[in-house]
Formats: sequence, structure tokens, C-alpha cells
Amino acid sequence: MFNMVNSIYNMRLLDDLARKETTIHKIHPLVKLLTTLVYVTAVVSYGKYEISSLLPYVFYPVLIFAFAELPLVPIMKRVLLVQPLIIGIGILNPVFDNYTVMLSGMAISRGWITFLSILIKSGLTVTVSILLIATTGMDKLALALRMLRIPKIFVLQLLLTYRYISVLIEEVLRMMRAYSLRAPRQKGIHRSVWGSLAGQLILRTFERAQRIYQSMSLRGFEGEYNTGEPTPVSFRDCIYLVGWNLFFIIARIYNIPMLIGLLITGVIK
Amino acid sequence: MHMADALISPVVGGTMLIATAGVAAYSIKKIQNDMDEKKIPLMGVLGAFVFAAQMINFSIPATGSSGHIGGGLLLAILLGPYAGFLTMGSILLIQALFFGDGGLLAYGCNVFNLGFFTCFLAYPLVYKWITRKGCTAKNIFVGSMITAVIGLQMGAFCVVLETFLSGKTELPFGTFVLLMQPIHLAIGVVEGLVTAAVVTYVWKARPEILEKAFIGEALGSIQIKKVVTGFLIAILIVGGAFSWFASANPDGLEWSMEKTAGTTELAAPNGIHQVLAAIQSKTAFLPDYSFKSNESGDAEKAVIQEEEAWPAVKAGTSVSGIVGGTLTLALAGFIGLVISIVKSKKRKIIASVE
Amino acid sequence: MSHHKLEVRKLRFSYPDGHVAVKDISFTIHHGEAVGIIGANGAGKSTLLMLLMGVLFPDVGEVLVGDVRVTKKTLPMIRQRLGMVFQDPDDQLFMPTVYDDVAFGPRNYKLDENEVESRVNMALELVGITHLKDRASYKLSGGEKRAASIASILSMQPDVLIMDEPTSALDPQARRRVIGLLKSFEHTKIITSHDLDMVLDTCKRIIIIKEGEIMADGAAAEILTNRVLLEDCGLEMPLSLQNCPLCGIVKA
Repeated sequence: MFNMVNSIYNMRLLDDLARKETTIHKIHPLVKLLTTLVYVTAVVSYGKYEISSLLPYVFYPVLIFAFAELPLVPIMKRVLLVQPLIIGIGILNPVFDNYTVMLSGMAISRGWITFLSILIKSGLTVTVSILLIATTGMDKLALALRMLRIPKIFVLQLLLTYRYISVLIEEVLRMMRAYSLRAPRQKGIHRSVWGSLAGQLILRTFERAQRIYQSMSLRGFEGEYNTGEPTPVSFRDCIYLVGWNLFFIIARIYNIPMLIGLLITGVIK
Repeated sequence: MHMADALISPVVGGTMLIATAGVAAYSIKKIQNDMDEKKIPLMGVLGAFVFAAQMINFSIPATGSSGHIGGGLLLAILLGPYAGFLTMGSILLIQALFFGDGGLLAYGCNVFNLGFFTCFLAYPLVYKWITRKGCTAKNIFVGSMITAVIGLQMGAFCVVLETFLSGKTELPFGTFVLLMQPIHLAIGVVEGLVTAAVVTYVWKARPEILEKAFIGEALGSIQIKKVVTGFLIAILIVGGAFSWFASANPDGLEWSMEKTAGTTELAAPNGIHQVLAAIQSKTAFLPDYSFKSNESGDAEKAVIQEEEAWPAVKAGTSVSGIVGGTLTLALAGFIGLVISIVKSKKRKIIASVE
Repeated sequence: MSHHKLEVRKLRFSYPDGHVAVKDISFTIHHGEAVGIIGANGAGKSTLLMLLMGVLFPDVGEVLVGDVRVTKKTLPMIRQRLGMVFQDPDDQLFMPTVYDDVAFGPRNYKLDENEVESRVNMALELVGITHLKDRASYKLSGGEKRAASIASILSMQPDVLIMDEPTSALDPQARRRVIGLLKSFEHTKIITSHDLDMVLDTCKRIIIIKEGEIMADGAAAEILTNRVLLEDCGLEMPLSLQNCPLCGIVKA
């Protein structure tokens, strides 16, 4: 039950954050979506032994956090919650790949390098996905999807699912509470009521869907989802898009930390 | 299990995204032809239901543990394969965006692993075949059970395949298969048991709901063959195109994704190879081959070989890398901090003026 | 203004399982009237509303809006003139933001976006929630949700407002605000509710339904003070008309 409350809280938090009006929030949703996709692709495109050249990509989430005035702790908590899955798979790398290599005088197993590389990539990609929604919001993202010619049916259906998640989680929560109050010290729902508990919810869900359909059709819905006109992409949005992509490409081609490092160590010598 | 962005390569992610988009486009066309606009809100709300139902813990008899459902099979049974597949798609998109479960690039993989096999292979070929003579409690139970297990086994195998082709982990293919398949057998059994219980309840209370989904795509089985073949052809073409690049330069090509759009048809393999080789020489600090040659595990030898692989790179390179990396991170953190402080001061000034 | 009247003639409806929910109901509601339809649970109120809106079609009889009969063909036109507010606002607010919800109807009638915007703003202003425009609907309070769902109907500029339990599940102050809102509308209103004090406050005319038939149709002041009639129909007198348990003032 704890994770249900948590999910609702998480969605509400991201929703609240998306309603801010900072420079980043005002950037066109389509531009933010495309930038995020390019970012994820660029990060994932690095070979499994690369670490240092990946680091400049930290700038993107850091700047978004700062300019969009987002709270670091709750979002990073979410990111960390996903990491155990990655760790579960990645931790086997050091086990299967224990050839050692020398890094500045230290002997390190190659597996640890690949593991670290996966962890960094996972941290970055998960963070920027959540940042996308925290600076855009589902409604505006849906608009961006429409501009990408994603069919109306899918977008409408996506919005409906999103809208009713909190309604249904609350319904499930009420039912689970009623159940657990009368069935103490049980780890989960007992086999004998699997069908009736979840089945009841499905029947109610069908009834709700019917009422929603009625309220839609009473307001002229005939299978066609009409959005408002999409806002045009402005000059500023273009600059944002081109700027970041340029940075991603440059960071991909040149190993920036290495250049900085060479400069510093060169100066010291 | 959800594939994460960090575990796949752009080639695999891109291929699966395109393939999934193709199946989704076809499903949408099928639904539109049905012209049942009532189904749209139903898909939406059932998606939300599955989302919520995934959080219910069902205690598993005789094990002392509990499990939950994925819901793919349930959606296929209640909505039919096309609408079920699309609904799974929106659930997974919301999970990727709001919860970081799976990623944007891995989205195609996830929809495919969790939606495609169940909706387009296991459901029409197994479940519908078992319940072809009408529903009975036994039919539903056997059908759900076998379908859930088969669907999840295929999905799990696909996870292994995608991970393996992406080459981000060191897990040997065989070990990974041996790890994933039994786990997903257990998950599949739970999925089957719960789905059977729920479907039986719904069937007893409101049989017309199941009949509607059943009749709605009674003609569908022929089309499903089309979907599957179409899909396989698409994946061969797209995947083939991508891996053709990849084979030209096995190390640097993983990132050729971005470039393919511009260069696919124009450049000869040789040209691409050269371009990428040039880029590769600029990009790689610790590229794959510098380590790969080092099979002995001997540290000293490794240094020598590393120097052999890169005569141009001085011994102090790795030190520079670490110094530079640390500085980069410090700089990023510092800039972020400064902006935040400046911004919060500005807010305070505005607030005090107001 | 005959085109503004709503007429119901000899309506009868039975569900597929054979249950007859509405038996022979007839009435006429004129322009600007506020009519409360009351009755015990299962009396057939909701079915009647569904028949008015053309969600269900009667076995016998007809519904006329102005001079137009409600049929499948005339539905788009009818639904522009009758606006219905559902009992559970969660069923009516299905879009991500309040603005999108209020704009949903006008957009479906293919109005251009400027017209949609001015209608949305007008509707939000009428119910006094302009400040909630960009909020996610699931985060509103019960009263705000109710106001938003009323706005989502007002933006279609209907002639007749039909409300199913507009004050259910509201706290006392939110309830009071909704009552104030309802009284301020000049539309023809049809309200079904178990909240008889609200009905007394907002409606001049009352129709009582029992087991699918009209038991009484007349002035609110007469019907809502008729204890025998009300109790016979599974209802009781509005609290504001009952004797005070504390000070002992006898009202009826």
C-alpha cells in the first residue's frame, strides 16, 4: 500500500513542478522532447568502457535543475529508486569480466569500469526523462506528440490513462484498506479473493468508462479528439534546440574532460 | 522486466522503436476501422486500472511470498489484441516518464517485450485456441496459465537478446538465458493464476464484456499473421541497415544512429568507415579494443599494450582523464549552485518588492 | 418562446433484463423554470435523465426539445442545447487541465480557437474559478471540481442545465456556494437530488417520482411541506422546514 501512496505523491509532485513558469518551462514542449531524445541517444551511444568523456553530459541535467528551479532531493530519490535494477544486472560485469587494467598506477578490474559506465548512463538517462516531464507536464507533452503526428487516438488514450491513474489508485487503496482491516497479518491478498477483489474493480472500471464515454459524447465527442492549435516554435526555442545539440555533438566528438585534464597537468609540469 | 536505456545501444533501441511504432500504427488503423469510439475511454481507464492493479500484492499460496501482475494478458483478453497493445503502450510511456521505469530510447523494446508477444502471439494463437469452443472456468484457467507463461517467456528471451545485441553487459548469453527464463517462469505462473481468477470473475458477473472483446476481433486472427510477418520483415530491414553500419566499424559505430538519417544511402561503406574511424580516434579515451587485447589479466602487460595500441597517447593520459573528469563534475556542480543561488536571491528581491 | 420548452410525452423505458424503470411519465418544462426531480433510490430519476439526454431511447413515448424530437439524428443539435452535469465530477473532468476540460465541448463543435478561448474564459468566470484554469483537475477540491464540471457544460452555452446530485459529497460551505451558483443562472434548470433543502432553495417546481411514475407535480412550497406525500415516497421534509430539536420551535 505504501508504494501506491508513493506513486500518487510522485505524480502530483511532478505535476506541480511542471506548472512552474521558468525559462525552461516556457521552452516549446516539442523542442524539449527532441532535445531529451538526442541526449539519451548520445549518452547511450558511448562504448562500455567510456567514463570520462561522458561526464560533460552532466551539464545538461544540472543546468535544467538550476534554471527550472527544481528540487534536487525528491527527483534524485526517484532516480535512485530505479538504480537497484541496473545494479542487479550491472554488478555481474565485475564477476564475468575480471581482467585488470592499469589506471594511473591502480589496477582495476575492467568489469568495474563497465559497471560504473552503466551506472552513470542509467543515472543520466533516467534523470533527464523525469526532468522532461517535470518541466513540461503531460498536457503539453501530449501536444508535442500531436505535432510529431502521433495519432489522436493514442494521445487521447494516453491522457485518459494518465488522468485516471490517481482515481483508480485511490479506489484500489480504499479496497485494500478495507481488506487489510479485516484480514490482519497477511502479506498480500489471499488466493480466495483474488478474482473477486480485482474483478470487482474491473467491473467498476467498466462502469466508469461508460459514464466517461457518456459525458464525452454529451459534449459532442464523436471519436475525434480535437486539441487546441499547437503553439508555434519560436526563434528562442530554435536556439535552445540547436545550442544543446551542438553541445551534445561537440562533447561526443571531443573528450572535453581529457582536454581540460591535459591542460591542467601540462601547466603543472 | 523493464529494459533500461543504459543497457541498450542506439541501434537496438532505434530498431525496436521503429518496429513498435509500425505495429502501433497498424493497431490504430484496425481500431479506427472498427469505429467503436466507446472503446477509447475504456482503453484509457483500463490502462489506469492496470497501472493501479500492478501495485496490488497477491499472496502466493505455499510460498510465503507475494507477487503482482503485469496486465498485458488481461488487457488482451478484455480489449482484444490491438487495443490491448496500445493500452500497454501508454502505461509504459507513463512509467518511463514519471517513474524512470524503462527509458525513452528503450521504450520500443519495452512495449515490444511486454505487449507484442502477449497481444499478438500468445493471446491469439494460444488463449483463443483454447477457449475457441466458448468459455468455461477450466478453459479460462488453462488458457490464461499457458498464455501468460508463453508470453512472458518470449518477452524475457527478447530482453536477453536485446541486452546481448547491445553489448553493454558482460553477461554471457547462456548464463543470462538461464537466469531470466526460470525467473519469468515463476512470474508467468503468478500472472496466469491472477489473470485466470480475475477473468473468471468478470466472465461470471458480466459475460457480455468478454464476448464483446472476443467478437470484436473474431476476424482478427488472419490479420495477426500479417502483423507478425510485417513486423519481422521490418525488424530485419531496419536492424540489418543499422548493423551494416555497425559492422563497418564495430567499436565506434554504436553511435552512428544520429548520423544514419543523413548518410544511409549516400555514403559508400568505405567513406563511412573512414569518417567514423576518424571520429573514433578523437572520441575514445578507453575504447573497447585497448582492453580487449589484454587477455592475460597481467597488469604490467596491460600498460604496455595500452601504449602499443596508442602510440600517440602519453603515459600520463589516464591521470589527465581523471583530473579532467573531476574538474568537469566540479564545474557543473559549481555552475548549478551559482545559478540556483542567484535565482533564489532574485525571487526574494521580487517578493520583498511586491 | 416555444422553442425553449422541454416536453416529455408518455415515456416508458425498460432495461434489457425486463426491469421497467420508467412507466408513463409526461411533463412540460417551460423556459426559465427551475424544476427539482426527487424520489427515493431506484425511483427512476437517473434513467429519466438519460432519456432526456438521448443516452437511452424510450420504448414508448418521446422527448421534445423545443419542437425537435430527440432521435439519433437530432442528437448533436439536442446535446448542444441540453447540458448535463454528472454526479461524479471525476467522470466529467477527464482532461489533464481544467482549461482543456472546459474547452472539450466547444472544440468538438469545431469552433475556432479564439471563440473557444472566450467561451472557456466566460464559463470559468461565471462559476468563479478563473484562477484554476491551468490546474490539473484531479488536484482540485470537491467544490472546485463541481464548479469546473459545471463550467465544462456552460462553455457549450446550453439553454437547459440538467444536474444530477449537484451537492453530493460537498462540505457545507462548498455546498452553499454551489447553491448560490445555481440560483444565479438564468437557464432552465432540472435538478435531481436527495438534498431537499437545496432543492427547496433552488427550485420553484417539484416533480416526485416513485417506481417510475409521477406521484406529484407542483409548487415546491406545497409539495415539500406535504409530510404524508413525502414519506409515502421514501422521502422526508427538508430539514429547514422541520421542527427545531434544540429550541423546540414548531414549524410544521
